[in-house]
Amino acid sequence: MSELTVVVNGEERRVPGPATLLDLLRHLGLDPRTVVVERNREIVRRPRLGETAIAEGDAIELVHFVGGG
Amino acid sequence: MATTLAPTELLDTPLAIGGRGFRSRLMVGTGKYRHNQEMAQAIDASGAEIVTVAVRRVDLDRTKEEGVLHHLSPERYFLLANTAGCYTADEAVRYARLAREAGFNEFVKLEVIGDRETLLPDTAGLLEAARVLVKDGFTVLAYTSDDLITALRLEDAGCAAVMPLASPIGSGLGLLNPYSIRTIKQRLEVPVIVDAGVGTASDACLTMEQGVDGILMNTALAEARNPVAMASAMRFAVDAGRLAFLAGRMPRREVAVPSSPERGMLA
Repeated sequence: MSELTVVVNGEERRVPGPATLLDLLRHLGLDPRTVVVERNREIVRRPRLGETAIAEGDAIELVHFVGGG
Repeated sequence: MATTLAPTELLDTPLAIGGRGFRSRLMVGTGKYRHNQEMAQAIDASGAEIVTVAVRRVDLDRTKEEGVLHHLSPERYFLLANTAGCYTADEAVRYARLAREAGFNEFVKLEVIGDRETLLPDTAGLLEAARVLVKDGFTVLAYTSDDLITALRLEDAGCAAVMPLASPIGSGLGLLNPYSIRTIKQRLEVPVIVDAGVGTASDACLTMEQGVDGILMNTALAEARNPVAMASAMRFAVDAGRLAFLAGRMPRREVAVPSSPERGMLA
């Protein structure tokens, strides 16, 4: 096990690696059904979260719906 | 509820956008409510079917908090994601794609804002983003100014609905230019939904009387002292305005015309 440094929602975070995006969501306590994931400006569709490995320095955005007009 | 059909249901056809039918002509936002429970009650009272939401980063320090979707059943409401807060076409396209990935539908309420002070649309950016998203298979509802030419261009670009403003977002100033809204409605074939600026029930009624297909509002409900009561008022106002439009108003005259017979008066 090593550690990876990634930028999640604009903030640098150290996560245990190797890890997939699904591992990251679990690590952060997020339900993958309620989050949309973008990795280095590319959307990663839900079925692929478990097979997409995180690499050092990745920029990851985790978004969801909030109240809006 | 009454067992008879409401008059609007007898005279009116359902609103159709992008090949999908909707029973309510009132659409509501989910922002700025004091709490989620009040939002859910107000939206219920409004009778709205289309409900807008925004796309934002998950707050990673508050992941246990109930999200907006916890209070809005996707079986009951049609979730319309917006691109609010986007200032360029590229940004709006990015947000729209993220929203679609949430997996509810292909609809997007496209906003490309041009100015932080007025939140007026950047119509050039809007057209650019609309073309990209239409090509990408989205059903685009474009939030725009009350400019006829832009509205026509958006229709040409393939937008499923055009959404001119009554007045600036969150202003509550009501329908500032009934003439331009009426003109846009008369010239476009796609539905015209007035979005933003409605402050109270009379604004909504007057807007619907111009013949538009619907209204989208948020702040008028969220910032009312009693959002649930205002939502109910808006529901009636939208129905009343729609029905008055369908009924066809009497002509305006500069002179009085008596309503009682002039014949038969005593000598």
